Amino acid sequence: MSTNAAHETTTRETTIEADPKLPTIRIIRDFAAPPDKVFRAWIDPELVVQWLGPKSTEMRLDQWNARTGGNYRYAALQDGQEVAAFYGSFHEVRRNERLVQTFTWEGMPDGVSLETMTFEDLGDGRTRTIGLSVVENLEARDAIMASGMEVGVYEGYEKLDALLAKD
Amino acid sequence: MSEDRLSRVFAALADPTRRDIVARLAVGDATVGQLAAPYDVSIQAVSKHLKVLEDAGLVSRSRDAQRRPRHLEAEVFDLMTAWIERYRRQAEERYRRLDAVLASMDDEASGTARATDARSAEKEPITNEGAAS
Repeated sequence: MSTNAAHETTTRETTIEADPKLPTIRIIRDFAAPPDKVFRAWIDPELVVQWLGPKSTEMRLDQWNARTGGNYRYAALQDGQEVAAFYGSFHEVRRNERLVQTFTWEGMPDGVSLETMTFEDLGDGRTRTIGLSVVENLEARDAIMASGMEVGVYEGYEKLDALLAKD
Repeated sequence: MSEDRLSRVFAALADPTRRDIVARLAVGDATVGQLAAPYDVSIQAVSKHLKVLEDAGLVSRSRDAQRRPRHLEAEVFDLMTAWIERYRRQAEERYRRLDAVLASMDDEASGTARATDARSAEKEPITNEGAAS
């Protein structure tokens, strides 16, 4: 939220940083696999569908050209019905190091974020991923942060706890 | 917090003007007049926004005192922290599935083969655009 001092939730798990003055979200996570493997899980379509989409839905890749200058579009399906769709460009695919994409939820076609993922080799077969999302303004950022909770109002806390992130 | 209360909180914060009012009250208490000053709206319009925030329990004021400064309930800050924690947990859950994917990849390939696989994934893009509509 933009209305408080530094908001940061840190555990040994995923770390989220939402700068009160910048419309950004930073997500940091360590993985027990080397960078080449983590990177592959991020761009190989057969692997991506296994984890990237929301848990309660099936993920369908309509386009997935994971190369610099390529594009993507995917949809979340619930009982075979498309409930949300997202698209964007692969601005840069730098193997095992860096992945830069634009990201738009089709439900809000004027909204676009820039997603930069960096893969840091921690040695000993471990990788730290740092995802930086830059959106248009603080209001949009806060809406994204709160979106999971809005769904929860309708679906209840129990289901909410099982829900996954915006994409 | 009850679900009904949560609904009112989110309805209250769904409006950008009200979020801005909350942001300004986070800095310090303010009267309706002070809150209305930066907006191109009437005192009455701001009062309506404040009423919504008060009904949601986010803002309080002295009894029957229209001019008394409004005060932001400390609970709002907890709520904001809760939003971030919720978002974090959602990301963590997604990444745990990635953990499982990475573990399943263990038996598949050596480092060289992995790079080859990644390359072929790029060479054979998915373009069934027709299925999108």
